[in-house]
Amino acid sequence: MTRPMTKTINVPVADGEGDRYTVKMGPQHPATHGVLRVDLELDGETILKCTPHVGYLHRGFDKIAEHRTYAQSLILSDRLDYIAAMANNVGYCVAVEKLLGVSVPLRAKYLRTMVCEMSRIASHLLWLATHALDIGAMTVFLYCFREREVLLELFEELCGARLTFSYPRIGGVRQDVTRHFIDKLQRFINEFPGNLEEYETLIDTNRIWLKRTVGIGVLSGQEALDLGLTGACLRGSGIDYDIRKHRPYDAYDLVDFEVPLGADGDIYARYRCRMEEFTQSNRILQQCIDQLPPGPIIGEDAPDLVMSLQGSRKVEVDSSRYGTGLVRLLEESGEYPAGDIYVSTEVPKGELGFYFISDGSGKPYRMHIRSPSFIHIGALPALVEGDLIADLIANIGTLDVVLGECDR
Amino acid sequence: MESMEVARRLQEQFSEEVLDICDFQGQVGVIVKRDKIVEMLRWLRDSSDLRMDHLMDLCGVDNKNRPEANLQRFEVVYNLYSIPLRHSIRIRAQVPENDPCVDTITTLWTGADWHERECFDLMGISFTGHPDLRRILLPDDWQGHPLRKEYPLKGREEWSGLVELQRKAVELHQFDLGKGILRQPAAEQSHTKGNDKS
Amino acid sequence: MQVIIILIEILILFAIVMLHVAYATYFERKIIGHMQVRLGPMRVGWHGLLQPIADGIKSFFKEDVVPEQADVFTFRAAPIICLVAMMTSLAVLPFAKGWVLADINIGLLFIFAMSSLSSYGVILAGWASNSKFTFLGGLRSMAQVISYEIAMGLSLVGVMMMSGTLNLTKIVEAQGASFSGMYVFPQIIAFFVFCVAMLAETNRVPFDLPEAETELVSGYCTEYSGMRYAIFFMAEYIGMMVMASIGTICFLGGWSGPFEVALFPPFWFVAKVYVFMFFFIWIRATLPRYRYDQLMEVGWKLLIPLALGNIVLTGFIKAFTG
Repeated sequence: MTRPMTKTINVPVADGEGDRYTVKMGPQHPATHGVLRVDLELDGETILKCTPHVGYLHRGFDKIAEHRTYAQSLILSDRLDYIAAMANNVGYCVAVEKLLGVSVPLRAKYLRTMVCEMSRIASHLLWLATHALDIGAMTVFLYCFREREVLLELFEELCGARLTFSYPRIGGVRQDVTRHFIDKLQRFINEFPGNLEEYETLIDTNRIWLKRTVGIGVLSGQEALDLGLTGACLRGSGIDYDIRKHRPYDAYDLVDFEVPLGADGDIYARYRCRMEEFTQSNRILQQCIDQLPPGPIIGEDAPDLVMSLQGSRKVEVDSSRYGTGLVRLLEESGEYPAGDIYVSTEVPKGELGFYFISDGSGKPYRMHIRSPSFIHIGALPALVEGDLIADLIANIGTLDVVLGECDR
Repeated sequence: MESMEVARRLQEQFSEEVLDICDFQGQVGVIVKRDKIVEMLRWLRDSSDLRMDHLMDLCGVDNKNRPEANLQRFEVVYNLYSIPLRHSIRIRAQVPENDPCVDTITTLWTGADWHERECFDLMGISFTGHPDLRRILLPDDWQGHPLRKEYPLKGREEWSGLVELQRKAVELHQFDLGKGILRQPAAEQSHTKGNDKS
Repeated sequence: MQVIIILIEILILFAIVMLHVAYATYFERKIIGHMQVRLGPMRVGWHGLLQPIADGIKSFFKEDVVPEQADVFTFRAAPIICLVAMMTSLAVLPFAKGWVLADINIGLLFIFAMSSLSSYGVILAGWASNSKFTFLGGLRSMAQVISYEIAMGLSLVGVMMMSGTLNLTKIVEAQGASFSGMYVFPQIIAFFVFCVAMLAETNRVPFDLPEAETELVSGYCTEYSGMRYAIFFMAEYIGMMVMASIGTICFLGGWSGPFEVALFPPFWFVAKVYVFMFFFIWIRATLPRYRYDQLMEVGWKLLIPLALGNIVLTGFIKAFTG
């Protein structure tokens, strides 16, 4: 009874040279944060070559936007980085406002800054949760979700949505905040430093955490610039580039905050940077509450529809064509300035840029989204080649990518 | 330094190459020929008083329906920023329709790699000297370049991968598997099959 | 007659251990749940008490998928090797005085042999599934077991030297009935090494590399489903219990306690085992995971030298104090 055991086994047999073999990680792998596929060429556990494949979530936003009015495309920005949709909304609105020359009232600016920072905290919480889980620290994951839940509830109270907000409008925001909202946010701000301490107790000086993060995935400042990294990934390498400081938008030039910088450019430095950003965002939130001025929440010259609040200006309800209750925007050609513009904002992941070309019609002639995640995944091979599989996971975590934003 | 001044400096340095300078909402774009794009960007990056070290964005544009007369069919737009000196500029390299290609700038910024692949994928502009110019967002066997103006918003036909999947679903349908998936297309497919037979 | 009695004893032991395994999973999920500000299972029965039963029934009735290219015989046999090896080591564990199936003289050695055998199941599972993730999981498991088996064996040599026997019952008796008589105090270094090696032997966090969820999907059992997956799961938990029992026997004085519990002599034994189990779970809720090479480093550069040093130290003390 000798059954040839090796008959069907072809796993370890080299499909490259020598002992090399390839592993296709993803797109349904638990640690690839969505639908990223990474083709790895391995020698034992050492990564010789890493080729990321993206596009599984490509929806063609650039093309869709060309066929919609500026106000209609706002909802596309929700679907970019769905972890921090609010920051994307604000980024989109800031870009369109600059293009169309729309002014924003001060109160709306403060409100936007506030929701941006809330969304930064929410996004960083999810980053910390998944990053820690990737490295194996399970409890941090659930602790982070506890706080994220509070923020999502706040968002829900503010605009009725928990994931795709579309709260900012071109020229302002949709709804004003209530007293209850402010109180609840104040409570969050007061409690958050304590919670932060809790996460830090779990991992900050944990030996294993340090072993897994210090000196892994090192990028010098020059290398990080070269790869086009932005956000905490660039600042972790010691380059002081934060769009909130460099090209302030909304109320960022009116609030006081610091930009935390790392020095070593490894995973731990990036981790520390983001942990410091928690504190700074919390500070900004506090200032927004304290300084929030009274006044209108949407500009007089806002070109877009503001349902129910601002009446039916420029809005036509055409129930025969679109079904009851749906609202169609009138196209206004010849009214908008023509030209091109690139405006970027500091979203939690990095620099989110919108490049618009307007030909004077009510729709953008071309919209291009520069998404940080796209560039960051492109930098993955530079980070991991020569390291072990376990480091790949840690590196994907530290880049903080969202595939919805990467693939657009 | 003001963006306009950067543009002037660029015009002085590469007077042959610079075609036009345009200013819109405080942002300055320089329209240039494509031939010396790498040298220009290198000069912008390495000059000690400009130091445009951050490539913010790179994308392709189809100028087919644009009113401006002096533009070629395509252009590649480079948005540069100087982190130490805090000024920015936009370079718009003109690319003709009959030969849509530009020299790659991956030699200057490795991060331009994926930008250029995206531009190639969606706009069909190829980059000479790019180390790995493949489609990135769309499947490898995709036909056409969706961001060109003549490409319809809704595709002419289904992507071959989806057609294959639908065929598979029909196949599985015989064995009472795949019942829930793609019921509608499955019905359509079997319909067309019947037509073929007759 | 003798055979029948032994068979009945085996059956009773099997049933009790299986029940314990089922509720160890419940125990783990509840404790980890509460540590992570959530409730754990709550739906099936009062506070989810019937959850393990429901899980068992569910996995029993699930389809047992065998991958197309797998080596079918090995693939099917692997989980059973694991389970059998783990179950066999239960035979030599003394739960209380006289409560032992096979009171053999080389009990400790026997357990080592069996726990190494169970890692064959893991390796074969990884190899036979014909998937790269499982294969890597199998390889990691092999390397891990080889390195940590040594550390664990060496850490227990101190205990053997002090008690002068390999028989588990005699080891407990050698520690005496008093609380301070436990070997955990004189053998504190060995206890530390044992605790770390124990986590590695049972593939638990922070050494759960063979099944590292975020790296290798589920490691060696990626391709398993239904009952066979559940068998791996059971083997892991029995493994935890066996290791906890060895820890209890060799370091915490086995069934001896501050006072006798009249009707249920193994009371203290079970209590101590559950303290160990709690330790396992607590660690899982707290620590991140080591990387493969770091795991090797800890094993070879820290634990083995420590254990060797402990042997020398114990030897000296024994030689000078008689």
